[in-house]
Amino acid sequence: MEIKVKLNGKWIVDNIDPDMLLLDFCRAHYCKSVKRGCETSNCGLCTVWLDGKPVLSCNVLAARADGHEVTTLEGLQEEAKEFGMFLAREGGEQCGFCNPGFIMNVLAMKRELDNPTDEEILEYLAGNLCRCSGYASHMRAIHKWLDSKKEAAQREDHIPENREKMLAHRLSKRTQKHW
Amino acid sequence: MITIQKYLKAASLEEAWNANQKRPNRVLGGMGWMKMSSGNVSTAIDLSGLGLDQIEETDDAFIIGAMVTLRQFETHEGLEQYFHGAVRESVRHIVGVQFRNCATIGGSVWLRAGFSDPLTLLLALDCTVELYQGGDQTVQVPIAEFCHMKPDNSILTAVHIHKTGRQAAYQSFRNTETDFPVRAVAVSRLDSSYCAAVGARPTRAMAVTAEQVDQLIEKAQALPYGDNLRASAEYRTMLAGVLIRRAAEELERR
Amino acid sequence: MYAEDLAPENCLVIKLLRSPHAHAMIRSIDTSKAKLVPGVECVLTYKDVPQHRFTQAGQTYLEASPYDRYILDRHLRFVGDEVAIVAADTEKAANKALKLIKVEYDILPAILDYRESLDNEILIHPEEDWTESDWSHGDNKRNSVYHEDIHVGDVDAIFAECDEVLEESYHTIEDQQAMMEPFTANCWMDTFGRLVIQSATQIPFHVRRNMATALGIPKSKIRVIKPRIGGGFGAKQTAVVERFPAVVTWLTGKPSKIYYTREETMIAGSARHEMRVQVKLGAMKDGTIRAIEMHVLSNTGAYGEHGPTTIGLAGHKSIPLYGGKYEAFRFVADTVYSNHPSAGAYRGYGAPQGIFALENTVNLMAARLGIDPTKIREMNMLHEGDLMTAYNNETANACALDQCMARCKEMMDWDNKFPAKVLPNGHIRSVGVAMAMQGSCINYIDEANVTIKMNDDGFYSLLVGSTDMGTGSDTILAQMAADVLECDVDDIVAYGVDTDVSPYDSGSYASSTTYLTGNAVVKAAEQLRLNITEQAAKILECQKDEVEFDGKVLTCVRTGASMTLKDLANQLQGGSDGWLSVTAGGNSPVSPPPYMVGMAEIDLDPETGKVVPIKYTTCVDCGTVVNPNLARVQTEGGLMQGLGMALYEGQSYTDEGVNRMRNFLQYKIPTRMDIPEIEVDFRESYEPTGPFGAKSIGEIVINTPSPAIAHAIFNATGVMHHELPITAEKVWRGIQQKKQEEVQA
Repeated sequence: MEIKVKLNGKWIVDNIDPDMLLLDFCRAHYCKSVKRGCETSNCGLCTVWLDGKPVLSCNVLAARADGHEVTTLEGLQEEAKEFGMFLAREGGEQCGFCNPGFIMNVLAMKRELDNPTDEEILEYLAGNLCRCSGYASHMRAIHKWLDSKKEAAQREDHIPENREKMLAHRLSKRTQKHW
Repeated sequence: MITIQKYLKAASLEEAWNANQKRPNRVLGGMGWMKMSSGNVSTAIDLSGLGLDQIEETDDAFIIGAMVTLRQFETHEGLEQYFHGAVRESVRHIVGVQFRNCATIGGSVWLRAGFSDPLTLLLALDCTVELYQGGDQTVQVPIAEFCHMKPDNSILTAVHIHKTGRQAAYQSFRNTETDFPVRAVAVSRLDSSYCAAVGARPTRAMAVTAEQVDQLIEKAQALPYGDNLRASAEYRTMLAGVLIRRAAEELERR
Repeated sequence: MYAEDLAPENCLVIKLLRSPHAHAMIRSIDTSKAKLVPGVECVLTYKDVPQHRFTQAGQTYLEASPYDRYILDRHLRFVGDEVAIVAADTEKAANKALKLIKVEYDILPAILDYRESLDNEILIHPEEDWTESDWSHGDNKRNSVYHEDIHVGDVDAIFAECDEVLEESYHTIEDQQAMMEPFTANCWMDTFGRLVIQSATQIPFHVRRNMATALGIPKSKIRVIKPRIGGGFGAKQTAVVERFPAVVTWLTGKPSKIYYTREETMIAGSARHEMRVQVKLGAMKDGTIRAIEMHVLSNTGAYGEHGPTTIGLAGHKSIPLYGGKYEAFRFVADTVYSNHPSAGAYRGYGAPQGIFALENTVNLMAARLGIDPTKIREMNMLHEGDLMTAYNNETANACALDQCMARCKEMMDWDNKFPAKVLPNGHIRSVGVAMAMQGSCINYIDEANVTIKMNDDGFYSLLVGSTDMGTGSDTILAQMAADVLECDVDDIVAYGVDTDVSPYDSGSYASSTTYLTGNAVVKAAEQLRLNITEQAAKILECQKDEVEFDGKVLTCVRTGASMTLKDLANQLQGGSDGWLSVTAGGNSPVSPPPYMVGMAEIDLDPETGKVVPIKYTTCVDCGTVVNPNLARVQTEGGLMQGLGMALYEGQSYTDEGVNRMRNFLQYKIPTRMDIPEIEVDFRESYEPTGPFGAKSIGEIVINTPSPAIAHAIFNATGVMHHELPITAEKVWRGIQQKKQEEVQA
């Protein structure tokens, strides 16, 4: 069957088997950051965004993505790199195999939650398994990254027109919240 | 992994229903469970274009569309306020946010699985399941009755949680935080009557009612329980008592 | 980019048919229908592949594990053992073909309880071409892979003099490394007709040897490339999957790949050896530990990979912890076959099993004698300068175990928290303690070499044969080279392993990389530094010992003449003595142990038995800490795996030998919500034989959680659990039983 998917900002038309998973579709289109770590929807390695929401691409048929927007790490290079630096500085990068899915979910969390508590962060990211790090370094990296974001936002907040822009952004986020 | 010959994105419920009358055809939910089965599906029926992905709150009920994800269910403010966090509590341990963004209420309820957290909660509430049966006909089936029905060719379109004033508290026991529950319990109270739904028996959840918490526990502990990888029947029986008591205490505290 | 991301485009996809029986012989196998499926390239059975016994274990030669495998065998020895190989254009075609292979099995009686294996009439490896490992005493006609009986002093005589003697038996089960990247490899033929194996492996050089043996071809015909690996923890110290694409590509000439499902990774991988550890401990009333005896039985499963070698660590890396005082020890070890999947190497490599047993027994002894368990350790523990009679008679050159204990107590606030408190909600808060040690490489055996070359503009290439499996070891090695060469880490390009290019290294295991490969890096970098100054001296027209080098500029201290490294490097490109490149390395006569103390604080719900780890404090002596962040994360990661092992991880089999923990739905590893607050600190000793005084850290960190958690549960409930994992239900049962006993008493 033919599907049309907006993958990382570009519309792609492809002929696929109806049972092709979005995971395999992404990898077939050179988004190799999307990893497979299990077959039971448990590991979070294959996390991508479908219309901006984090989903397990092993759990979504490519056919379901027809007409929709799919984002992988390849489509968020700059943001991913920025957070990745925080992660690497804490030594939390380790084998790196879980990092793409993890980073996708961290960036999704940032968009969805305002000032999350530690408990909320842990719960949001619980579906991303990691076997190397013991997770503590992830948390240190997230704290430092969020703090740096907050500082940057505060700096911008002093400029009136920017504040308005941020307000508009926050409002739009709020409406997005109830997908 | 399941194989699929044809993919049908249904344009109407009638089209979906018609396609679903043939045996090797199946309605897609969130795919989490179905992809792990090894069968052959000739036509996979996708309901995602039918607007079933909304939670509608009326004066009398919450109407939860079949394609509403567990994450929508979890984060809906109306449900959160009305049930004081019980809805959120019933799903927040399920794998992770990305999984709950896929899994649907319709899929969870339709499957009638023993491990289902949301089904356990819904069973303790005043719920009906809306089934489309062709020709623009829908029926409302009380959820307890639905649990005992064999899967047929109708299409689950929504779950209605009726606002009767019933309050609920949810408790689960898990070996690890995002594992299937070893024991799931929802206790609800309306006026002076309690209801306890007990899931992960490990088979399908069942509900009991009583006027007193002690009786409720006694009745719940008399239900049949089994062993599986996660725990023994004996341990589950004990947990039923502890969790029902704790849930009832939580209701008291409100 | 990982192995699967780098697989040749459009290569054959390999799928395997697996035995449904724990023990069977193939009576007949018919692949004719499977071969007819469009897209199927080949269907291979034992009749179609070379038959040479080999081992998949990745260990330094001489061969430490028995040759007991064929690529495919008629004789099937566990549920999941490979029956046939299908290679096809697509996964779908391969899966379809699998279903069309017709096999008739003669089912044989199986040994599913390893305790019944030794001298059982059922033989797992009756074959005549079974070859014993080069340094063990196994006997396939007894189902034995290894036997050892070693002692110093007369334990029985000492036990007779002791005030208290405890005899306890423990059981640890198979658990999974669960690295995020499953087993995977892909192959192609290069233009010279050589077989290239690209594999997620910790042991590229041993893969070359193992595959040459299995295929019966010269090693020169094989090249192994190791790209970035998505975690190993020992799992990939066994060549679990390489033989499948290797044989397919060798026979068909076409590129092929295999990527195990999580289920295959779990049912046919290389889990930790199940062990029964019996400990006898003798002490005096004042707490002096005088004698330790340990009998270990290890279950290697269907094949002997790492079977002869893991078991020794149970004793040799636990008993020396009390080397300060004991007068006699005895260690008896047997490794046997069974019809479980083959076990392998997993972080700790036998030490966690032995330490769980010994530390629990010491904690029981402390309770029996009414002595604080940290005090009994302080009285008996190993100190710097002590001779470790149970550890190759090595001397503890560098040991800060006593400081680790003092620091860990402080971090935990042990004196206030020990043993337990009841909270207002009825839950019990309690603490537990354990010590641990490991090694740093296998002395006299492991070998590490590195090459460092200077390139134009004066940046360096570091070629290592050891594999960074995601621990950051390449970073650490580059950092060491940068330290010696006084340059920025970014000026050093570390290159992963390619057996055609990299100097030989026995591989990343046995906690050897920082210590052994690190030493090689220092040696090579120091030599290169000398060579650089020597070359500069020629150009600056002075003596080489007159040249000072600060990493960037070379200056003659006598004349003041100077030149930059960049100029030197560029001048050496032509018309000079040539390129500067140094290869150095070697092995080590010793394997200096790192040491640590771990303490767990738990919240225990006595109504349900639920144990929630609240806090874990640990203090590690890994010698000089080369990179604090990476050392800390190694520790946190190892503790997490240890906590999983303590509380819920482990295999479970049906009566037919089917592994029920076959995926992440059933086999739960800790999520970030299951992890306590972890506090890590270091107390440095200086290891004179290590690079900058460093020892290892990778493995030791998994050893303390099981006994520390068991101890905390003991302090909360009065019940010491002798079997892992200690699930909530077991804790609850322990409490019930204790209550009953108290009522009866």
